[in-house]
Amino acid sequence: MISLVAAIKQSGSLRYSELEGFEVRHGTVLVKRGFAHMQKHGVIMDVTSVEQAQIAEEAGAVAVMVLDKLPYDVRKAGGVARTASVKAIEEIMDHVTIPVMAKCRIGHTYEAKVLEAMGVDMIDESEVLMPADEERHIWKWDFTTPFVCGARDLGEALRRIEEGASMIRTKGEPGTGNVAEAVRHIRMVNDEIRRIKALYESGDQQELIRAARELRVSYELVVETGRLGRLPVVNFAAGGIATPADAALMMSLGCDGIFVGSGIFKSEDPLERAQAIVLATTFYDDPAKVAEAQEMVDEKKSMMGFDLKTLELKMQERGTA
Amino acid sequence: MKKPTIGVLALQGAIEEHISMTKLAFKEMGVEGSVQLVKTVGEVNAVHGLIIPGGESTVMGRLSSVNQTLQAVKQRIYDGMPILGTCAGLILLARKVYDRVLGETPQPILGVMDVVVERNAFGRQKESFEAELEIPTIGDKKFPGVFIRAPAIREVGPQVKVLSKLGKIAVAAQQGKMIGTAFHPELTEDTRIHQLLINMMMDTYL
Repeated sequence: MISLVAAIKQSGSLRYSELEGFEVRHGTVLVKRGFAHMQKHGVIMDVTSVEQAQIAEEAGAVAVMVLDKLPYDVRKAGGVARTASVKAIEEIMDHVTIPVMAKCRIGHTYEAKVLEAMGVDMIDESEVLMPADEERHIWKWDFTTPFVCGARDLGEALRRIEEGASMIRTKGEPGTGNVAEAVRHIRMVNDEIRRIKALYESGDQQELIRAARELRVSYELVVETGRLGRLPVVNFAAGGIATPADAALMMSLGCDGIFVGSGIFKSEDPLERAQAIVLATTFYDDPAKVAEAQEMVDEKKSMMGFDLKTLELKMQERGTA
Repeated sequence: MKKPTIGVLALQGAIEEHISMTKLAFKEMGVEGSVQLVKTVGEVNAVHGLIIPGGESTVMGRLSSVNQTLQAVKQRIYDGMPILGTCAGLILLARKVYDRVLGETPQPILGVMDVVVERNAFGRQKESFEAELEIPTIGDKKFPGVFIRAPAIREVGPQVKVLSKLGKIAVAAQQGKMIGTAFHPELTEDTRIHQLLINMMMDTYL
């Protein structure tokens, strides 16, 4: 049983077809959010090539996310980062059995349409790429393919859900190998949810409406969040996760699963590290197992990363409206 | 027997969804039962029935072969423990598995149920769908079938009873105390499949 809040807007993505004489419905909220639920407790890994995608699958990734460059390299290269090439994505889809996701620019409806036409399993409307619209995100209800979006706080998360996102992830600070921002973002979301839950339980409608106005989302969505005591969709950690212990930390803070960007393929021990992060994500509540996972990697081989204070580009500040 | 306990294999996937569905099923049946997360061999051996949830079968297979839970589950099934596998769970139960596009790829499975399962049989996520299913075993009311990158049952052995079909394609089957579904009852509010498992558990251990 999953939350179907705001499902009324699904009409744009609904598609009927006939299968073996049965009428079947594609693009329903249940099918889109349900896909995200199947990723839970898993690790989604950023990849740029077939070879990396196969290593990820072998290591136990629940899905792969295709980019043209890893976030760390996007940072180094500068310029305009766009969606990956069609050929690269198709090659990867032909070589792994797990779901293949890809990123598009914030607000770039047509990059997203291309990804949908190609048949990627989920689209990440991502701040790692250069935003195409500074004012608004994609209206995601019109897509049959589910979307994941980044968020730094509850308002951003609920606004993305209201636009049709089927899954949320923390923004963190991508490509830095520094987990601090992801921690800050999940803590912020958790704190705000605790407040909304208390309001819901006290039955104070006036304060709930005030909260909805502050968060700039519908009353309905705020009430559902209060009732559930969590986001109404699956919520992953992302942005700066580089070690098994980082993954376990984020799971212990209530995340449903983990995205690892540069952390794996910018390290010098990608296969072992990928396996270790998968292990630590599943067994995060067993310190002995996390230690075992941590032993599989060598700190000397971790990506170097960045100190957040010296960063010139804060990707998390993109697409906050 | 102690309080009847259903375990949910908690390595990856829709774990909490099965836990809340099982609790709801117990409540609707008026049975005092409990539900437990299962990650280790010890935990596998402490339950009266097991659910393998939806998720990625490759991930669950690899994780459970690392800490020997796969072997333990297999032994419990041979000893007669009832089990329900949904989607990835069905794949893990199957005797033989292949991918629609890539064909046979190496992945650890239990291989206990005499069915051949095709992974991603209906296509990628945008082809995922909902359909109203007929499942005579659980009554006349149609069951809300949620198929997400779903597998299909392509061959069944003589011991296997097909529980539901989408046209010619088998999407749920039972062999002894093993039930496998290609769809996700845990994403709906209909507990009848979970009740089927609970009833088998009560028949086995009471």
